[in-house]
Formats: sequence, C-alpha cells, structure tokens
Amino acid sequence: MGGLQKKKYERGSATNYITRNKARKKLQLSLPDFRRLCILKGIYPHEPKHKKKVNKGSTAPRTFYLLKDIRFLLHEPIVGKFREYKVFVRKLKKAYGKTEWSSVERLKENKPAYKLDHIIKERYPSFIDALRDIDDALCMCFLFSTFARTGKCHVQTIQLCRRLTVEWMNYVIASRALKKVQLHTHPTDVDYRVMATFTEFYTTLLGFINFRLYHSLNLLYPPKLDVKAESELKEENDDDYAMNSESYLEKLSALSASLARVVSTAEEDEAELDQFPVDGEDMANMEAREKEQKQEEAQKKLFEGLKFFLNREVPRESLAFLIRCFGGEVSWDKSVCIGSTYEVKDETITHQIVDRPNIDKQYINRYYIQPQWVYDCVNAKIILPVEDYFLGVTLPPHLSPFVEEKDGDYVPPEKLKIMALQRGEKPAHEQEDEEEEEEEDEEEEEEEEEDDNEEEGDDGEEAEEKNLKKMEEQRSQVKVTAGKVKVENPARLEQEEKAEEKRLAIMMMKKKEKYLYDKIMFGKKRKVREANKLAAKRKAHDDAEKSKKKARK
Amino acid sequence: VSDCVSDIRNTVGNVPMEWYRDFPHIGYNLDGKKIYKPIRNKDELDDFLDKMDNPDYWRTVPDKQTGSDVVLSDEQVQLVNRLQRGQFGDANFNEYEPQVEFFSRDVMLHPVTNRPADKRSFIPSLIEKEKVSKLVHAIKMGWIKPRRVEDDSRGRYYDLWANEDSSILARHKMHLPAPKIPLPGHQESYNPPPEYLFTDEERALWEQQDPCDRKLPFVPRKFSSLRQVPAFSRFIHERFERCLDLYLCPRQRKMRVNVNPEDLIPKLPKPKDLQPFPTTQSLVYRGHSGLVRSISVSPSGQWLASGSDDGSVRFWEVCSSRCLKTVQVGGAVKSVAWNPNPSVCLLAVALDSVVLILSPSLADRQVVLSSERLLSAPQEADANEGAGPVTWSETEGEELNHGIRLKIQHPKAVQQVSWHAKGDYVASVMPDHSSNLQVLIHQLSRRRSQNPFRKNKGLVQCVSFHPVRPYFFVGTQRSVRIYNLVKQEMTKKLQANSKWISSMAVHPGGDHVICGSYDCRLSWFDLDLSTKPYKMLRHHKKAVRGVAYHRLYPLFASASDDGTVIVCHGTVYNDLLQNPLIVPVKVLRGHEITHDLGVLDVTFHPTQPWVFSSGADATIRLFT
Repeated sequence: MGGLQKKKYERGSATNYITRNKARKKLQLSLPDFRRLCILKGIYPHEPKHKKKVNKGSTAPRTFYLLKDIRFLLHEPIVGKFREYKVFVRKLKKAYGKTEWSSVERLKENKPAYKLDHIIKERYPSFIDALRDIDDALCMCFLFSTFARTGKCHVQTIQLCRRLTVEWMNYVIASRALKKVQLHTHPTDVDYRVMATFTEFYTTLLGFINFRLYHSLNLLYPPKLDVKAESELKEENDDDYAMNSESYLEKLSALSASLARVVSTAEEDEAELDQFPVDGEDMANMEAREKEQKQEEAQKKLFEGLKFFLNREVPRESLAFLIRCFGGEVSWDKSVCIGSTYEVKDETITHQIVDRPNIDKQYINRYYIQPQWVYDCVNAKIILPVEDYFLGVTLPPHLSPFVEEKDGDYVPPEKLKIMALQRGEKPAHEQEDEEEEEEEDEEEEEEEEEDDNEEEGDDGEEAEEKNLKKMEEQRSQVKVTAGKVKVENPARLEQEEKAEEKRLAIMMMKKKEKYLYDKIMFGKKRKVREANKLAAKRKAHDDAEKSKKKARK
Repeated sequence: VSDCVSDIRNTVGNVPMEWYRDFPHIGYNLDGKKIYKPIRNKDELDDFLDKMDNPDYWRTVPDKQTGSDVVLSDEQVQLVNRLQRGQFGDANFNEYEPQVEFFSRDVMLHPVTNRPADKRSFIPSLIEKEKVSKLVHAIKMGWIKPRRVEDDSRGRYYDLWANEDSSILARHKMHLPAPKIPLPGHQESYNPPPEYLFTDEERALWEQQDPCDRKLPFVPRKFSSLRQVPAFSRFIHERFERCLDLYLCPRQRKMRVNVNPEDLIPKLPKPKDLQPFPTTQSLVYRGHSGLVRSISVSPSGQWLASGSDDGSVRFWEVCSSRCLKTVQVGGAVKSVAWNPNPSVCLLAVALDSVVLILSPSLADRQVVLSSERLLSAPQEADANEGAGPVTWSETEGEELNHGIRLKIQHPKAVQQVSWHAKGDYVASVMPDHSSNLQVLIHQLSRRRSQNPFRKNKGLVQCVSFHPVRPYFFVGTQRSVRIYNLVKQEMTKKLQANSKWISSMAVHPGGDHVICGSYDCRLSWFDLDLSTKPYKMLRHHKKAVRGVAYHRLYPLFASASDDGTVIVCHGTVYNDLLQNPLIVPVKVLRGHEITHDLGVLDVTFHPTQPWVFSSGADATIRLFT
C-alpha cells in the first residue's frame, strides 16, 4: 500500500462551502458590510447536502456559503467603496473631534458614493429576469413610501420610493395591465438597516424597470402629464395649491390624468395577434389563444364608459388606480386631493362609491354602491349586478382571485355563482331565490323520501341477513334446505376485484416507493378531509341562516 | 453755598471709604494731617426739610472723599447730562468732521514712509513654498482631490437592458431563486366566506398552538364594510421577515417528486390470469380443543393429519372434513409429517422428546403392507444402538392398536420432523444453544440415527431435505445452511436478513427456498443467484409462522399471526437468465386470532391448488 494518506475534508463538498465567518474574514469586511454586500449582490447561504461532512465532522449550527460565491464577491468594486466609506466616516469623526470645520466640509463634499447599475445588470442579465423579482421590490417600495418622514430612514429614500411607486401605477394604468386585486386584513423589533439596504437595491431596480416599461409604451420618462390634462389641472388648482416642487408628483399620484407620449398617437392602435400560417394541429391551440386574447381585451375595457365618483371616506388611491386601469373615468371631491376632474353634481356620473350606511342627498340617475363592487367586478372580469352592493346591504364575501381550485378542492358557493355569471347564465333574483328555496325544500323532502326508500331497501337487506342467520342456525341442526340465490351486483364485484388487485399490487411495492406512495396518499386524504370540513362548516352556517330567516318570518 | 474749607485734598487715594468707617477721620491732607469727618448731625427729618427747602438740593451730591456735600455748578450738571445721553463730554467736539483720505487710490508721488523695502518682500517665502509643495505632493499622491462635481447620475435611469447580450454566467444557472410568497387566499380577505372564519374551538386551538405550528399566521376576520378595516399592522414585520428570508435563509435545491401515485404501483400480471389459486374458504375442520401446531397432507391428497396442543393427532378426510381417527399421544404435538413416499403410509409425530412413527393404515392393503415391511426391517446396527443418543423402541398393546409403531426417544425436546423425499430418512430438530446435538437423521429401514454435525453453528429452527439431490437445509436463527450429505460439507450459507427465522420451505425444483421470520418478513432465495434474498416480502403485519410451496403449481403461501394466509404466485423459469416472477394473488382470511396467535401452519394439497391452514383457534381450514 503506497501513496500519500488521504486527509479528511480536503476534497469534495467540504471544500466547496465556507462558513459565514470565514467568508467575512476572507473579504475583510465587518459583519454589517458583509450583510449589505450579500443583500446587494444577491448572495445567499446554501444548505449543503451533507452538513456534517461540510462542517468537518462538527454538528454545530453554521451557515454556509458557496466558496465560489465568495470568490466572486472578491472582485466586486463595491467592496472597495465600502472600505472607502469606512475611512470617510473615520476621517469625518476625527475632523469633528478636532472641530476642523473646513475639513469636515471638504470631506462631506467628497463623500464616497456608489452606483448599483452594474449589479442589477449582472444579477438580471435580461429584462425578463428583472421582472421576475419585481414583486418584492414593489412591496418594499410601497412600504417605504408609507413611512413617516421622521428618523429611521432618509427622507430622500421615502420620496424616491413614493415617486417610483407612483410611476409604476401610472404605467399600469397606461398599459391597462392589471388583472387581479384583493383586499386583505391581517392583524418592533425590525432592523431598518437591512430594509434600507434592500430598498436601496430595489429602488434602483424599479427605476430601471420603470424606465424600460415607459419606453416600451412610448411614454416619456420621467413621466409627464398630458399637455391638455396639465393645463386643465393648472387652471383648476392654481388657487388651491401652491406650486412647489412636490406638487407635480402629487398630480401624478392623483392618477386621474393620462401621460404624455414621446410620439403622440391619436388612439392606441389595437395590437392584433399576428396571424401565422398554422398547421391543423395548432388550430385549436390558436383558437384558444385568440379567445383568451379577446377576453383580455374585454377585461381591459371593463369600466369603459362608466363615470365614477369617490366619496371622501373610500380609499381614493386604490380605487382610482383600479378604475383608471380598466378604462373608467373617476373623480373625487376637490378638497380630498388634487386632480379631481368633475364634481358630485355632474349628471353623467353613473356610479358613486360610498362606504357609509346612508347618504343624505342622493341623485337619481346613478348607483350608490360600496367599494367592494369595483374589486369584485375586476376579479370576476364582468360587471356584476349592483344590487348586492347597495348601501347598507350585507356584502357578499370577497373572494381571493389567486386561488385556483383543482378538482377535489373546496370551491366556495359564491365562486360557483360568479363562474355561472361568467358563463353567461342569468342571475337569479331574490324572489326567484325564494321560490328556488322552496323548490329546494321540496327536493330535499323528496330526497328524504328517497332516503326512506333506501332505508327500506336496507331493511330488506337486513331481513335477508336475518334469514340467512336463521338458515345457518338451521344448518347447524343438520338440515338441508333449498338455498337462495344470492344476487350479486356484477359492477360492484368488478370494482371489488379491482380494489383487491390494487391492494395486492401495493403489497409488492418497493420500500422506497411505498413510502412515497403512502405520503402522497396521506396528503390527498388530508386535502379531501379539509375540503369536506369546509363544506360541512358552510352547510351548518347556511342551515343556521335559513332557520333564522324562518324564525323571523 | 459751600460750607467746606477751601482746598482740602485727601491723600488716601482711590480706596474704599468703608475702611475709615470706624475712625473719626477720613484721610490725610497734603501736610499729612488727619482730615476729620465733618460733624453730621442731620437725621432723616432734617434731610427731608432740606429737600423741601433747598432749591439746589437736586444738584447737591456728597463727596465721598471729604464727606462733605458739594453743589454742582451749571457746567458740571451739563456734563453729567451729556454723558448720560452717551455724547461726548466736550460740547464743542464735532463728531461728524469730514474724513481725511490718507490712503487713496491715487498713487502719490512720494511714498508714505521713507523706509527701505524688506528683503523678504522680494524673496519668495520659504514657508509658503513648503506649504505649496506639500499641497502639490498631496495632489500628486491623490490625497487631495479636486472638488467633485455633483454627480446626479445616481438617480438617473436609462435603458439598462438596451443591448441584451446573452452573457449568462454560470452563476445564473446555479442560482436558486427564492420561493415566492404565496398569494393570499380566501381566508385573508377582509370579508371571507363564512366557512373560512374560525369557530370558537378552532380559535382556542389556534391560540394554544405555538406560532410556528400554526397553519395560518393570523385569524381570519370579517368586516362588514371596507371603512372598518384597520391598517395592516404587521406589514413592516412581514416585509422584514421576507428580507431576512431572502438574504439569511440557506437555500437548497430539492427535487419535488411529481409523480402520479398510480404510476408507482408496479404493473403486475392480473391475479385472474394466474389462476388457479385458492380463493375461498370451503371447509373448516373442527375437533381439536387446543391450538393446532402442525398439519400434513398425505401424498395421495386424501388424508390430512394434524397435531394439536391438546395431545392428540387427528386424521381427517380432506373432501368431507370428517375426522376419521384420533390418536391420543399424551403430550402437546409439535410437528407432524406425512411420509412423502406414496408407496408407504406413515406419519412422523414429534412431541416432547419423542418422535413417533404412526401407521394410520388409511390406504389400500398394498401400501399398508409395504409400510409394515419398512417398519419391520431387519435390525442390523445393534452395536450402534447402545452408543447413540437415541433409543428406538417398538410399541406394544394399546399404543400399537392406535397405530403407533415406533418410538424414537431423544435426549431433548423435539421441535420438528421432516422426511426425505424417498421416505426412508427422517430428520428431527432439537433446538439447543449449547450443544452440537441439535439435528438427528434417522433411517427407518435400518433403525439407525446419526448426528450429522460435529459443531454447534447456531440455534437450529428447522431442517429440510432437498427434494431431488443429496442436500440438507438447516435453518438457524439468522441464516440457512446447505450441506452436501454425500461430500459431508457445507455448500452454501444463505443470509436471511431477518432477525429470527421461523420456518422454511424448499421449492420442488430445489433451486429456491423461502424463509418466514418472526419479524414479519418472507425472503425468497434463488440459490443460483446469490446468498442474499432475491426478494423480501413484507406482506404480513405480524410474525410469519409457516411457509409452504405447492408441489405442482407455481404457488407458495405464508401464514402469519395476523390471521391471514397470503398466497403468492411464484413462477420459476427454466431459463436461468430470467428471475422468478412473484405476484401476490390472494389474501385468505378466516382464522380468528386467539392469545395473539393467528395461523400456525400452512400446507398445500399435493395435487390440487388448495391450501390448508391450521390456527390457534383450534380449527383447520381448507381454501380452494
């Protein structure tokens, strides 16, 4: 036996990973700087397959980074900037301590700054990649734009976030790209530095994305209001608002005016799907796509021709955003926000959105509805009947549009109703409802009768069994009687046979596969159980409601 | 009016006059004489009267140095007034006199001073030079930078992806994108359907659970209108947690198994196509009062012998389930085995430490005669008899009438008996940890017994003869050893991979062995393939007690304590390259579990696809 002795942990997975502390030392960065670098560059720890091997035999809980990732960080120019910044802070402190104000000023002027453009390009080599991560960026920017401008984080950051989010919303309106909305309710020890670093990155990302999106629609970036709209706004609001630097952003954020375009087109030409010569196989596919396209088009024009007026108690921004996204016109009281386009008195208003139990002065030729109607319409992709959403009416449940039920999942009855409406079936009115209820009652009774019949059948079976037992007793007395032919259901027999076959085949499964199979089946069963539970709960609730109704009658 | 003496000069200087408070004098004059304090006898009243009467009272001031009162003159009063107003003391001073321009922009013909210029005024300054050179050096070294032009390109955006080069780094391929936050479902709506709201029980449960165990991180709530919805208080927290997840959470690529569970089930031939095999219970043999440990079918297939703990051996007619004969042997019967030779009709019974050879005479005359002949063969090896551990004895009287012909007395309790295919040899097992005397092979025709093993190789559980070749299978606790009886050596040792073998059966072809074990497994060995099991079947829920092969059909059965007999189809191919096909075809139930024991023994009918099983419920059942 010759050769060098192989040492443990000198090859294989142990050398592919590096612990966080070691990585930090290798990069010569402090922990906060390392953290920032990881956030900006998108480096995350990896969970090794064999943790003990990677940990060199120890089982201590450690986080591991890929060594390649850390090596990659070594060449990052931002690391140099971090160090510069550290030096800058040190010098500044020193200058302050010595009260050398001139050098403080000089230092402040030369404060090191870094740009994240190259990192974004590197992390997202194509635009599509960037769009994939936009959800987190948007959430973060919206969060920061709601922060109060005191302490914790820079005012500039908050302003930037606000600007970017407003730009985003304007883009969505201009492109009419919104599909689904939902309203939620959910019910600090938070490290704002981490969030600020993320926000720094996300704002840059969102800025570039916005730029690109605006240009894809031939819109000016930074966004400018349409000249006509701008002049209108000016006329109306000159006396109300002092024109300061922020008012333009406010006007933008009013979301009521359209944006200026690079090339002013008269009307958005309908983007038609290019027709390619297709083979017979693709025809169905093509048709389906065309149908989808048509549906989308229809959805984009959902609120077209409708004129909305928002009362002051409804969430203005959200509703204005939605209505404008789907082509509706919207306005609000002049004192609520800048950018209102018409007044309450306007006779052409079709819908007024109100979120209070009653309103004093009602105009005849418009619907007074609760805000949920708008959201539900958008999710259902059709104009829902307004009756359920009148003032003071108990609202139907607001459903999530993100839940896609597969077969076997529980589907709330409201969703079924909406699906029926989408298919174009007539909505049942209340009177009909009652009739239906009665009918249902009758049906139920019938069902009960049927049940009774079935029970009778069961009784018959029981009787048969009794007979059999008797016969057995007789047999034990050694008496031969004429046997009865046992009627067997061939379908059921076949089913049983199949079930047994399956059981036997399952017996022959390999251990690993059996484990997997059991797991899958367990999951399926749990799903069914949950669906059943929900259905049962719903039924109990509906029954309770019905009985209440009857008691009131 | 002045009442003081002219020209009194006090020489004490500017010292506080309190120093002289307690003295009669207040200082010294020029001659060095004391100046005495003027006699002051004025009281407040006098002062007041003086104030009223004296028109000059307002301009009378006390002189501290002399202690006398002085009346100010008009000039003095004026001076005081001017000073109080902040004006110059001299009334004639003009403070607004025109300025005389001494240094003007006009170059004078003559210098202001006539002083010659200093040398330093025309030689460059060394200090300045030093300073400048320092600055120059600092600039050279890059320590001092020119004032930076305000760089506003930070907040400026441009088309970053204008030239989308497809330079996808290896990193991007390795990148594990973080999983997206699941989108909100119906429960998270502000006005969810009623079934998603918690009932009181669910809510209590939710509150009891640890936050990490909860299925939902929040309680679904219902608001009657949008204006009552409060602000989302956990928004910051949620985003922060997401941030932490993004940069702190270790990521790992996990392959999601996305299989249809139906695909996992192996595609086996349908049991229907593998018929015949026993499917239904057709007969129950009742009669025993104790658990039936062992059963055996006669080679003709007409008779069934069973040994029970109630101390009897019963003979049944297979077709009618009638008990033809009962032999009381006086002890719990451990094992019965019918002689496989069809030309004789003998049964070996093991009880306590005795092996009995019974001749039930349940056959035609010819056969009975031939078995009698076998039993009454000449005894040659008398010399060996005394030396061996076993004594052979013939029975007499009552026992003979019952058909018990021979008694082979063993030194220890016998657990199992097993015949050779020819029917001349019978092997008996006496499990013992500490002895090499565990297996004995008896030859009936010569009434001779021998111990084939010199060494103890583990606790022997069961033995079996090879159906055609001179091999002998010994099942010990964890392995099966195969001995060549001719060469007298071990040829193979099969590792059963189970904890404790309970039973063993050899395929009629002789190349396959199945072993049942107390840890619920059945292992199939292919002797040509490997010493490891070709297949482990974990069909039973409890200990496997008995296994059996069918002599003609490709069937085998296993009996277990869970009360079931599982019949499997096991085709053995003549082609050596093709592995046996094992398909379970039927689970037979019928026996009741008594005292945690289910089915104890199982055996096939020699010619029909029928299986017999004996159970702890004192019954024997026939499945056809």
